[in-house]
Amino acid sequence: MKWFPVLSLLFWMCAVYITGIYLFVGGFLLVRLEVNRTSSCLDALYPGQELERDFCRGQPRFRKAVLLIIDALKIDFARFDPNNTSPRPYENKLPVLDETLSAKPSHSRLYPFRADPPTTTMQRIKGFTTGSLPTFIDVGNNFASSAILEDNLIQQLGQVGKRVVFMGDDTWENLYPKRFHRSLPFPSFNVKDLHTVDNGILQNIYTTLEGDDWDVLVAHFLGVDHCGHRFGPDHPAMADKLTQMDGVIRSVIRRLQNDTLLVVMGDHGMTDTGDHGGESQKETDAAIFIYSPSPLFQQPQNQLEPEVVPQTDLVPTLALLLGIPIPYSSVGQVLLPLFPPHGQSAVGALSQQEALWINAKQVNRFLETYSSMAKDIPPETLSLLRAQFSHLSSEYITAHQKGLLSSPQLTASLQAYLTSVRDTCRATWAKFNPFKMAAGLVILALACATCLLLSELSLTFIRENGALKSSCIAVMLTGVCVAIAQLLAWGYVEVPWCVAGAALSSELLFIWKAYRTRTVTKTGLKKSASCLSVPKLLTPAVLILLLRCASLLSDSYVIAEGRVITFLVFSLAFYIPVYLNWHGYLLPQIYDSPKPSALLSSPALPPSVVRKEVSTLMASLALVIGSLFLSLFFHGCREEQGLCQPSQFLSPLSRMQDDKLKNLHYILSVSALALYTFLLRSWMRNYGNLNASSITVFTANWILPLSSISLGLHWAVSGTPEDSFKNLSELIGLAQLALPRAAYCLLTAGLLLIWLDPLTVFIKSKTSTQNRLASRLPPRYRASIGISPQAELHHLIPQIYQQMRQSLDDGELSGAGEEDGRPAVEAYGLGTVYSAPLLLFCGMLGIGLLLLHPEGMALAFLLVLLEMGAVLYIHASHCLHKHNMKYSGFNVPWTPVVLWALAATQFFHATGHLPTFPSIQWGAAFVGFPDGHTGTVLPASLVILNTFASYILLAVSCPLLLLWPLVCEVRYSRGERACGDEVEDAVMEIRLRESPQQFSSALLQLSARYLFVHGAQVFASVCAAAILRRHLMVWKVFAPKLMFEASAFIVTSLSMLLGVTFVLRIDSAVTQWFKRLVPDASR
Amino acid sequence: MWDQEIRVMGSCHAILAASILLATGLPAVLVPGFSVYGTHLVWIYSVSATVTGVSAAVFWLFGITPPAKKHTVGYKLSRLFRSCLYFFLSCLFFHTVLVLYGAPLIDSALETFSLAVLLTSLTTLRCLCVLGPNIQAWIRVFSRHGAMSVWDTCLQFTVACSLVGAWLGAFPIPLDWDRPWQVWPVSCSFGATFGFLTGLFAAPTWIHYHRKQLTYKCK
Repeated sequence: MKWFPVLSLLFWMCAVYITGIYLFVGGFLLVRLEVNRTSSCLDALYPGQELERDFCRGQPRFRKAVLLIIDALKIDFARFDPNNTSPRPYENKLPVLDETLSAKPSHSRLYPFRADPPTTTMQRIKGFTTGSLPTFIDVGNNFASSAILEDNLIQQLGQVGKRVVFMGDDTWENLYPKRFHRSLPFPSFNVKDLHTVDNGILQNIYTTLEGDDWDVLVAHFLGVDHCGHRFGPDHPAMADKLTQMDGVIRSVIRRLQNDTLLVVMGDHGMTDTGDHGGESQKETDAAIFIYSPSPLFQQPQNQLEPEVVPQTDLVPTLALLLGIPIPYSSVGQVLLPLFPPHGQSAVGALSQQEALWINAKQVNRFLETYSSMAKDIPPETLSLLRAQFSHLSSEYITAHQKGLLSSPQLTASLQAYLTSVRDTCRATWAKFNPFKMAAGLVILALACATCLLLSELSLTFIRENGALKSSCIAVMLTGVCVAIAQLLAWGYVEVPWCVAGAALSSELLFIWKAYRTRTVTKTGLKKSASCLSVPKLLTPAVLILLLRCASLLSDSYVIAEGRVITFLVFSLAFYIPVYLNWHGYLLPQIYDSPKPSALLSSPALPPSVVRKEVSTLMASLALVIGSLFLSLFFHGCREEQGLCQPSQFLSPLSRMQDDKLKNLHYILSVSALALYTFLLRSWMRNYGNLNASSITVFTANWILPLSSISLGLHWAVSGTPEDSFKNLSELIGLAQLALPRAAYCLLTAGLLLIWLDPLTVFIKSKTSTQNRLASRLPPRYRASIGISPQAELHHLIPQIYQQMRQSLDDGELSGAGEEDGRPAVEAYGLGTVYSAPLLLFCGMLGIGLLLLHPEGMALAFLLVLLEMGAVLYIHASHCLHKHNMKYSGFNVPWTPVVLWALAATQFFHATGHLPTFPSIQWGAAFVGFPDGHTGTVLPASLVILNTFASYILLAVSCPLLLLWPLVCEVRYSRGERACGDEVEDAVMEIRLRESPQQFSSALLQLSARYLFVHGAQVFASVCAAAILRRHLMVWKVFAPKLMFEASAFIVTSLSMLLGVTFVLRIDSAVTQWFKRLVPDASR
Repeated sequence: MWDQEIRVMGSCHAILAASILLATGLPAVLVPGFSVYGTHLVWIYSVSATVTGVSAAVFWLFGITPPAKKHTVGYKLSRLFRSCLYFFLSCLFFHTVLVLYGAPLIDSALETFSLAVLLTSLTTLRCLCVLGPNIQAWIRVFSRHGAMSVWDTCLQFTVACSLVGAWLGAFPIPLDWDRPWQVWPVSCSFGATFGFLTGLFAAPTWIHYHRKQLTYKCK
């Protein structure tokens, strides 16, 4: 068997997929490190000695502020055009802004207010309170809760003792739990509800304004946004909503006092259909209206007036106007028109230049801190900015000493510095990279096509060897070429693009090769066996896979994924009996047909056998359906699923209050675990794999039960309430540490031992048989003995098979040892030489993964085992029926592969996992390490093992699909012989060794198909993220789903490689075994 | 002979389709407060009852129902009794399948059962009419070489279409559109009914166009 082409082709396939994912994710998910430092009043922000004072003690320009946030207030909504005689529903509905602007030009301004993508409310709130550019993943963010830990306006206001009152969208309450002096959150989740939040605010805002218990009032209206999502902007409901907002602004303006600043703003805009989330100008351009009852702006118009105000600028402006330090990680720049020029300012108020200088120092400090923590800002830009700042600071200090602060050059250069810092940060954090996304999409799409081709043409690729070398060279060459081109064009190398070039070129090369071989086979052999045709692929299994992929494009389906996937698996499981019945396998052929059809050309089976087979088939189908149904009871709940109760089995025993329930759960879990172990062992015993004296048998006999026992004890210990056994608390603590660690050690040792010596074959030969067999040997084999050891081997291995077959002809079974009779060479367990160690390996792995889950999940793992077994059985009997009890070619059809792959997702949900970050079971990191960890690698890998347990199990056990029909062959031949039909040669898995080429090609095909099924799902969720990047739910549903799907794919591909490698390892062990055996037998 | 049978089938199916439309239309006139969404169960039972009655009558009138082997009253009664039993068992079977597919177990058991009744009247009833109470024959019909007459082929069509329709009907349920027809089991029963109507139309058409290729083994 050729192991190299199989492994290398699979490895290459996985690498290409992962490259595609890496590129796309690199362009789609922007990552930023959070700086957990806060500014304080004592930060020395003034140059020189004479101005040194506590910043916060000074008299601020405004004592109070009202922040009215109207969600999705687009700039078009706020502008007023008196000449427009037939306004659309969203036009000219806020006349108050225009009236104020024309009546009091020095009191008010209206600007377009440009948000940074992603334009979703949560990210925007974070943006205009921290002054930073939040990305999807702010590293350092606590995944379990969304509270903002970065320095922000609310925190700074609280530090100087201002009373912040909040009302409106409850997102704020999640972002700033317990930070407000008073808070009135209203539910924001239901997009169809236009009025709850707004009416809630309106009932409270005026009384609050007139009262005296506030310094800063934040009111966040949601009606306009919800109206956009529901009806779009061009709808009468939008007119009503905007008119209502007009009234609100009017009444608030009437109630303002002289020392109060009013800011009316939108957090983002909306497209013509009312959506937002992306980066088009319609989505980013909101409106900001600033008003003060006392004169605030100097001249009506000025060259300093900005055309567009970036959203980050609000934070430093508000901070300096209210007399608080600018939050640490803000990258905004103060709005100059709100500050008086130097020399014209009132005492204590900051002038334009002073404000800019404070701002520039703060931004520079943040930049220094950030660049020392993270390396994602290009170093060239960084050094340029540093030089710019040092130049500026010397310039400012000289100007300050000379009293020439009002020079316009200084203002301009300070502004230029701040703008370039912001642009640098934006380029790093706030933009999707469409080229990378597109490249990732193309590579993934081609990878899917390549995988399909690989699975269809696996035999050709196994036969052909030269393909690998040339493609390796091509990959290297392209990578290097791209690198050189980059060096010449830009002067530095970006690794992702080199990898992308390499992956793309190798894919294209592969597809071209496949095309060429296809044409060759077509013309040469005129055979369509290796040909790829669309109708051949359009089986229900592929249809189900397509449906599954389509379901990833809708947020509702992703939210209900657990049920959707179960529904699909269910449909596929139901399809199998319908298919079998359609082809007439389910009913005995009692209707004797006068003309034999093509199907019945071979002798039909006797009715009793068929009936027995059908009843077992139906029983295993019932088992699949039963475990599918039961698996629904282990699901967790997303927050979007309103009326959902998470499964009781998900909570660990230690949290349960009711003692009876606790005992019941414990007993259930332990019995499930015992049954799991028992089933594994009884299967092995049934096929005679427990007779040998090898290490694997030792593992199955001792390590497997021992680790189960320690797992059961561990559950008992961790489930005991802490205060019940006071005297034994030390012992319990020790047990909590020792038991899971013992289980870890046992399982690791077991897995290693299986890997070292995977054979479970036990030989027992008898002299009489030897003689008989020796006499039967054809003379030509004898003649060849002694020419050379190699030749001997070549001829003798078939001879062994001959012996086995002869013995089978005599009525002896190679697999099962319990039958008596006249034994020939009895090799116990030879029939399942491949599947037994693989099954044991997976079983041990399953127990290890179960260790990381809550106790109740033992039932779910038992269901995994049962469903796997039943699917394998159905697949085997399906295959054997199809090939009329003879399994040749070893091809695994699509249906079981799709079932297997979808079952991985199904059990992802059925082990209590969900594709959301808050649902990750962090407790897994502390199993066996109750006191925490020092590093991050071990806990991270434990959590990954916990999260993707089902994917790992099913991927490792994937080769069983290939082996199982051979295992089941024996039953059929038994049945047939019992009825006196012609004798079949049931040599089970040893048949694989007769045609090593077919074995490797089948293994490659199976793995490629399995990879394809998972890869297609990744591709679908990547498409969902790319197409729906403006969707309301993109950061809540699609992006987490993409992350989970991509990680699951990576884990799957690694585990699949592990499984395939293990099969190859067994194969080499079997070869060695035969080598040892041959000289004995020939003597 | 073929044309004759196809014509009979076509008229038979036209009567059935018209009766389904009547079963939807008449209650709207006669029953106050009737609406297909609002009083969905009434609609389901009205359609089921109509389909049951009309198909039994039509198949009996056209003489498609297999003739009884014995002409004793007792045998006929037992046959009728067995048919009713199978009808009820099939309702239970469909109920179980629906629950396994993810229908609520306890909450809306009545709705689920009503859908099961509808599915039974669209599929099992037809089997009863065409093949009589003989489960072996039912299983045999749904295999590639199992159809023994035009009516068997037609049975394959309508049953498959109804079931696939009901299956497709489940698709819109998870979507968050908040439409009245997304409520369980409205979309599924619609799907089943539309599938059935499609089957009624498709079967004679398909048979008409493939009448040259169709050959049946004798019974």
